[in-house]
Amino acid sequence: MKILTGNDLGTGDVIWWAGDGWSRQVGDSVDVSDKGEDLARAEEAALRVVGAYVIDATVTGEGVRPAHIKDRIRALGPTVRPDLTLKPNDADAGNWVI
Amino acid sequence: MYRYDSYDQSIVDARVEEFRDQTQRRLAGQLTEDQFKPLRLMNGLYLQLHAYMLRVAIPYGTLSARQMRKLGEIAAKYDRGYGHFTTRQNLQYNWIKLADAPDILAELATVEMHAIQTSGNCIRNISSDQYAGVAADEVADPRPWAELLRQWSTFHPEFTYLPRKFKIAVIASEEDRSAMRLHDIGLKLVSRDGQVGAEVYAGGGMGRTPMVAPLIRDFVPEEEIVSYLEACLRVYNRYGRRDNKYKARIKILVHELGVEEYKRQVEEEFAHMRTLGLNPPTEELDRIRAYFAGPAYETGLDDSVDRNDPAFALWVDRQVAAHKQPGYAIVNISLKPRGGIPGDASAEQIALVADLAEQYSLDELRVTHAQNLVLPHVKKAELYAIWQKLDEAGLAEANLDLITDIIACPGLDYCSLANARSIPLAQKLSERFAAADRQKELGELKVKISGCINACGHHHAGHIGVLGVDRKGVENFQLSLGGSGAEDASVGQITGPGFSEDGVVDAIEKVTNIYLAQREEGERFLDTYRRLGMKPFKEAIYG
Repeated sequence: MKILTGNDLGTGDVIWWAGDGWSRQVGDSVDVSDKGEDLARAEEAALRVVGAYVIDATVTGEGVRPAHIKDRIRALGPTVRPDLTLKPNDADAGNWVI
Repeated sequence: MYRYDSYDQSIVDARVEEFRDQTQRRLAGQLTEDQFKPLRLMNGLYLQLHAYMLRVAIPYGTLSARQMRKLGEIAAKYDRGYGHFTTRQNLQYNWIKLADAPDILAELATVEMHAIQTSGNCIRNISSDQYAGVAADEVADPRPWAELLRQWSTFHPEFTYLPRKFKIAVIASEEDRSAMRLHDIGLKLVSRDGQVGAEVYAGGGMGRTPMVAPLIRDFVPEEEIVSYLEACLRVYNRYGRRDNKYKARIKILVHELGVEEYKRQVEEEFAHMRTLGLNPPTEELDRIRAYFAGPAYETGLDDSVDRNDPAFALWVDRQVAAHKQPGYAIVNISLKPRGGIPGDASAEQIALVADLAEQYSLDELRVTHAQNLVLPHVKKAELYAIWQKLDEAGLAEANLDLITDIIACPGLDYCSLANARSIPLAQKLSERFAAADRQKELGELKVKISGCINACGHHHAGHIGVLGVDRKGVENFQLSLGGSGAEDASVGQITGPGFSEDGVVDAIEKVTNIYLAQREEGERFLDTYRRLGMKPFKEAIYG
């Protein structure tokens, strides 16, 4: 599947296109098929996202998983600061990115 | 320390207000990202992997207690409670909101700080020796020249859009603590027949094409240093490549022209510069130099240190360096705790070091390119009190220049350019070699890790260097041996095929075992490697 990601213009937070808006949870991502580039342009023009781009992802038992490690780290947060990730109470969360 | 005059303050304040307006226009949609990006980068604001990142300039690595305290306050108020000291003596905040950036810059301006020259193809923040002004072997304090170059380079209209970024280091000792020859231009102050001037090195750097800068002039009188650098930059600006960013640094120009031809062109330009009367007035250097006059040291102080506490004695032996003034010492504060993140400091730790600088170090501290901190003016009689406070705050690691004093870039945990994570590897090495006896036995051993070919982690200059690469979406680590950023500067050589994260930790352990087995009396790891060459290390690693 193709999913769309970028950073919130104001906060810089990593965000994922959820079909009707943006989410901070990669698991909310929806398949944008071949519409990603158009969506990115429209959302950037609407000042809701900056640096939007389309990536490959798969759906696993744990939900949506970006194909590349860089995007998995973006989705989780820095693996060396579990307290600052989206799963601060999951000590093994860092293993998800590998 | 240097203090802003009204001109310094007014240009920094004006820049803050200009950026506030630019940010408001961006948030209102009046500027596109393509229009805004170069403007925010000129103010040190990057868009990184997780958020906006603000890189704050720390000119020549020198800070007052007041400035350090402000850095801690900003970390607590606008970031997530910490900052990251970088390999160019700067500080980065990782979690900045765009709307807050102008306010942060305004707060920095209140303590004579900014984020100018921390990005873009300009002359970047000037770096220097963390022992400047207190090292016994220096010709002169290099910081007045570094400050003069800061003033010369800030908003220099001719050098704001160079072919590529440009990094300058200034030192004044035989011992190079600043990786001077791995800069685009390195200046080493020297004295000839009673006159101070500079040896000038040009065309060094790391990145994808590492080079040690050759000497291009063995003496430039101090009053002509700015004109000579102007000539160096002019030749580079004119002929440096702009068609290929990977070949745009001055090192490529010097290499392709040849050192002699580059020197010839610089001398020709310098002869022209001399006719223009562009040397700064000596009164200006004198004005700046007055700010760096040595502080009012007390005399007649006891030069001994009570070593009854063994943990304290261990710390003193490793972290405390000789000061030029009897009764005083230089304290190195490690930002490399066991299993920690190299260069990271919490807001509370930053505040504590500010307090220590104010109370014990004549209001001054330094940041090192090895991502540590320095209190430069400490009475030996107060070392124990300082150590106790550092120990309580987790800042009393005794590992300066040892195998766990690892330089590591932010890597793929934070950086959008990175291909692999540097920090987890540094943490694993820190744990593997944690035993104090083992570290002491290995002696000086500088490990440097970069998460991509841009080499912010200085891996080329590591006695042991590691470069993280992306191998079909999987992190892979190349090992290199024999690099040095010191006065014996050299570029490390790759051992062979790369490793997994755990594999490179094992490989480094094998390398250290060969060193211990084959070293001769008094040899550091680097000496043994240079004597033996790669072969025995390679055999041990790959079998």
